[in-house]
Amino acid sequence: MEVTETWYLVLSAMLFSLGAFGLLTRRNPLVMFMSVELMLNAVNISFVAFSTALNDLAGQTAVFFVLVVAASEVVVGLGIVVALMRRRPTATADDFAELKG
Amino acid sequence: MVDVVVFLISAAIVLGGGLGVILFANPVHNALSLIATLFGVAVLFIIQGAQFLALVQVVVYAGAIVVLFLFVIMLLGVDQAEDLQTEPLVGQRALAGVGAGLIFLLVLGGLFLSGPTDGPGNTAISGQQAAVTPIDDSPDVEQLARDLFTRNILAFEATALLLTIATIGAVVLVRNRGGEDLAVDNPGSAAN
Repeated sequence: MEVTETWYLVLSAMLFSLGAFGLLTRRNPLVMFMSVELMLNAVNISFVAFSTALNDLAGQTAVFFVLVVAASEVVVGLGIVVALMRRRPTATADDFAELKG
Repeated sequence: MVDVVVFLISAAIVLGGGLGVILFANPVHNALSLIATLFGVAVLFIIQGAQFLALVQVVVYAGAIVVLFLFVIMLLGVDQAEDLQTEPLVGQRALAGVGAGLIFLLVLGGLFLSGPTDGPGNTAISGQQAAVTPIDDSPDVEQLARDLFTRNILAFEATALLLTIATIGAVVLVRNRGGEDLAVDNPGSAAN
C-alpha cells in the first residue's frame, strides 16, 4: 500500500468541509476566522499534493503566497474584531451588520 | 509502509484538530485545536518533500497567527464559553451540514469521476509542458527561492505591498478615536 495524491485530496476535501461547516454555524467571529484558516490549510494540502504528483514547483509557490495572504487577512480581520468588541464586548457575527463609517 | 503510517497519524491529528475547532465551546480550546491541525499539515508537507513550507507553516501559522488569535482572545476577555445549544436561526446547522456535505461530495466526484489519473507526463493537467518548473534534487528552499525571485517576482512584490497595506490598515482600525475608551488609554483627554 502506498500513499498516493488521492489520499491527500480526500483528506483535503474533508478538512475543507469541516471548515465550511464551522464557518456557517459558529457565531463567535474569532472562531469563524479559525474555520477560514482550516479551509485555507485544506487547499494548501491539495496544492502540495498536486505539486508532488505533477512534479511542478508552482504548487509550492502558490502555498507560499496563500500563507502571506492568510497572514494579512488575519491581521485586518482581527483588527476589525477588536474595533467592534471594544464597543460591544459580547458581540457575535450578527453585530457586524452595523459596521459602517 | 512507513509513510502510510505517518500519513494516517497526521491525518487523524488534522481531522481531530479540525473537529476541535468547530465543536469546542471555548475559543481558547478552539485555538489550541487549530495548532494541532496546523502541525499535522506541516507533517504532511514534510512527507511530501516540502520542508521549507513545513517550516514556514509552523513559524507563521502556529507561531504567529494562532498566537495573534490567543492574544486577541485574552485582550478582549471573550474566553467565556459560547452557548452551543441554542440555534439562532432555525435549521441553520442542518442546512450548513447539507452544504458542507455537498461540497465534500462534489470534490470527491470531481476526483474519482474525472479522466485519466495524473502523473508527471500528463500534459492535459499540467497545461503547456514548457510552463512547468520541474522539481529537482537541489534543496527545497533553493528551488523555491529561484522560482519566487525569477518567475513570480511581480507577485512577490505585490505580497510585500499587501503586507504593508494590511499593517497600516490594522493600525488605523484599532486606533483610538475621540477617547471613547478608558481615560488611561488616552492621557491627552484625561486632563480635560
